[in-house]
Amino acid sequence: MALLETRDLTISFGGLMAVANVDLCLQQGELVGLIGPNGAGKTTIFNLLTGVYRPTRGEIIFNGRSLVGLKPYQITQRGIARTFQNIRLFGNLSVLDNIRIAYHWHSRYGILNAIFRLPSFHQGEAAILARSQELLRIFKLEPYQYEKAKNLPYGEQRRLEIARALAARPKLLLLDEPAAGMNPQETKELMTLINWIRQEFDLTILLIEHDMSLVMGICERIYVLDYGQVIAEGPPEDIRNNERVIEAYLGREVNGVAPQGGKS
Amino acid sequence: MRFSKKNLLSLAGAILIYFLVYWLQAAGVISAFQEINLMMVGINIILAVSLNLIVGFTGQLALGHAGFMAVGAYVSAILTTNLGQPFPVAILAGACTAAVAGIIIGLPTLRLRGDYLAIATLGFGEIIRGAANNINYIGGAAGMIGIPQLTNWTWLYLMMVLTILVIVNFLNSTHGRACVAIRENEIAAETMGINTTYYKVLAFAMGAFFAGIAGALYAHYFYLIQPATFTFFRSFDILVMVVFGGLGSITGSIIAAAAITIINAALQDLAVLRMVIYAVLLIVIMVFRPQGLMGTREFTLDRWVPKRGEASGSAGN
Amino acid sequence: MAVFLQQIINGLSLGSIYALIALGYTMVYGIIQLINFAHGDILMVGAYIAFFGVVYLKLNIWLAFIISMIGSAILGVLIERVAYKPLRNAGRLAPLITAIGVSLFLENGGLMVLGTEIRSYPAGLITSAQLPLAIFGIKLTATTLQLLILAITIAMMIILQYIVHYTWAGKAMRAVSYDPDAARLMGINVDNTISVTFALGSAFAAVAGILLGLYYNTIHPLMGIMPGLKAFVAAVIGGIGLIPGAMVGGFALGIFETMVSGYWSSKLRDPIVFLLLILILLVKPSGLLGKNNTEKV
Repeated sequence: MALLETRDLTISFGGLMAVANVDLCLQQGELVGLIGPNGAGKTTIFNLLTGVYRPTRGEIIFNGRSLVGLKPYQITQRGIARTFQNIRLFGNLSVLDNIRIAYHWHSRYGILNAIFRLPSFHQGEAAILARSQELLRIFKLEPYQYEKAKNLPYGEQRRLEIARALAARPKLLLLDEPAAGMNPQETKELMTLINWIRQEFDLTILLIEHDMSLVMGICERIYVLDYGQVIAEGPPEDIRNNERVIEAYLGREVNGVAPQGGKS
Repeated sequence: MRFSKKNLLSLAGAILIYFLVYWLQAAGVISAFQEINLMMVGINIILAVSLNLIVGFTGQLALGHAGFMAVGAYVSAILTTNLGQPFPVAILAGACTAAVAGIIIGLPTLRLRGDYLAIATLGFGEIIRGAANNINYIGGAAGMIGIPQLTNWTWLYLMMVLTILVIVNFLNSTHGRACVAIRENEIAAETMGINTTYYKVLAFAMGAFFAGIAGALYAHYFYLIQPATFTFFRSFDILVMVVFGGLGSITGSIIAAAAITIINAALQDLAVLRMVIYAVLLIVIMVFRPQGLMGTREFTLDRWVPKRGEASGSAGN
Repeated sequence: MAVFLQQIINGLSLGSIYALIALGYTMVYGIIQLINFAHGDILMVGAYIAFFGVVYLKLNIWLAFIISMIGSAILGVLIERVAYKPLRNAGRLAPLITAIGVSLFLENGGLMVLGTEIRSYPAGLITSAQLPLAIFGIKLTATTLQLLILAITIAMMIILQYIVHYTWAGKAMRAVSYDPDAARLMGINVDNTISVTFALGSAFAAVAGILLGLYYNTIHPLMGIMPGLKAFVAAVIGGIGLIPGAMVGGFALGIFETMVSGYWSSKLRDPIVFLLLILILLVKPSGLLGKNNTEKV
């Protein structure tokens, strides 16, 4: 059974079909890319999957259950976490608190336990702290843990956002342009990191990216979106040679390497 | 409760302040005028700290705090004056009714954002006042008189410490962090699995609960309450204390509530000029220190007590 | 039916005044997203400037209008420069607090300088006669004052529409309210544009203040508080930041208020107005004419 399946997923804003009849299918453990020109509807699909928008039509089945109509926090609790194209960290909070907040719904103690500082509060907080610091260590963000998130360098902010999404312990991770604004060296490191967390956390990953070296380098399968519709689907080598894709999107840059610093 | 060195020091300090004032009062050092202002400092601290939970920590601009205070004041006064119930029961009932009012207001209005929420909550405050104005059982516009004077230093201090303790403990937990996350970025908070509606309503309910306690204490100290006591100016006053102290700083709210109450008292003899000076001070201070006295920082004992290697929370322990 | 139509006539004049005040609120909000709580008190200052002009300088009422508008505009710009401009990048709440401060300053400064006594404009300043009216054969009454208030308001609105849509300053205002940074890059002097907005809004408030003084036949240092708040409610009902919204909201609120007073109880008027506000916001969270702007994710 597929981990995530969308059938006929469609949303229109006014008269505009932002996403039309999209059928995605992700197997457990896959690393799938979602590419397409600007405005093709990639982020809109993420917003549909995470409950930010409600589809006009269609079905989203995750782990055998429908997600349509659930609120974003319920979807996160079902096991989907995401990052944002325009980083959305809790800027004025410490790096550590950013991670701790994502552990929130796994915490077991209630409000009264917190107010009266009962033993379960101390146990719960200790567990959250330990797990958060572990995650920060993995992401090499430990030295910054008491810094405000907004004061981190850009690349670190991107990494922190991925770490925060992982703290929610998802089965499926959605990454919205994780390499945006990174230099080639940072992008390379990011690729290694994404591959590594997939193994380590037993994740399925769907990622939107403009950096073709990253997409072609790590994705096992790619969906190409244009004007809200899937125009091609398959392994990187097929996509690279697909006429429609070349026409719609890659234009003359079919050599595998896209221009640096694609739009963010 | 686990007692670290820091907690013990705070506890010792709190007990010391209580007995110091108690002793000063017993020895007759505190004048009647000073006592009134002492009581107002305590009541305003409760109001400011509880409003800070809503505005400063959860990021919901609410201008109806006086309304919750009114609910607490009236309900508790009815219980003691008309129904002969003991004071603690009246305080609890007033606070709970105010909390229910907070939920009733919170649930529908929390779809609103920013200034729309501000004006809706201001409207709710005015509706509560308008209702009090029109209900004869509680005296209409003339208000309730002859409420027994049950609020004393012990009750006041107990309630104030309780308010601060509960709110600070709440804030330094995963639940408090959920509220702060909503302030920082509501969409990200929701995608991190936080039920934002629940926590916004919870913040409203808790804030209203303690404003209700403040109202009960107020009613039973001044033994007279009128709808005119709870206008939106009163809500503004509390908001001024919160912003002046620093949004998101509990110690800031405490310091600001005390300072503003005392400044007001010190200018008492100047009549109307007092309010003019107060207004000018307000403008000047905000222009030069828009983040408030403390910003989001807390005044903690950490500076003098070595830490146990714990992380820094969003509010002082 | 007769009562209903009569209440509409009464409501129109009150609504006109609310609309004039609401316009100032909404213009300022549209350009710097600030609830200018001092706006209601500028109205009071405007009413007093005209009062002193008429009583002590023996000015003609129309000249008093003009001088009051100029005086209030200067006051509005002054307030903006002193209390709001330094806080333009300090978040939303700090300027809100200084606005409350300015409001308290004007109210209490007014009480200090002018005293607590209630004054009224000299009798005969505007001859107000009863006008017999008949609509569908139903006899109604309106006063010339009511008609005058309505006429002045409509004239002011037309002038405002002209300024906003056809003058350079109006175009700059719209540009700044749409995107201040882009406007700055296009060579628009944002600071001056904001000042112009405050000047316009305050001049409108002055007119509203004088009309309010004529309508209730009293002026008082605290006269601006409630109408100010109500006008803000009107602006929100219509959709804050939108000029047509302020007009619609103002008239709607004025008529609704007189209906409640006429059919029910004037004691219940204020709470019911706020109830209406909340109901409207629940159905249309951004006001009657507002668009629902959800944050782009």
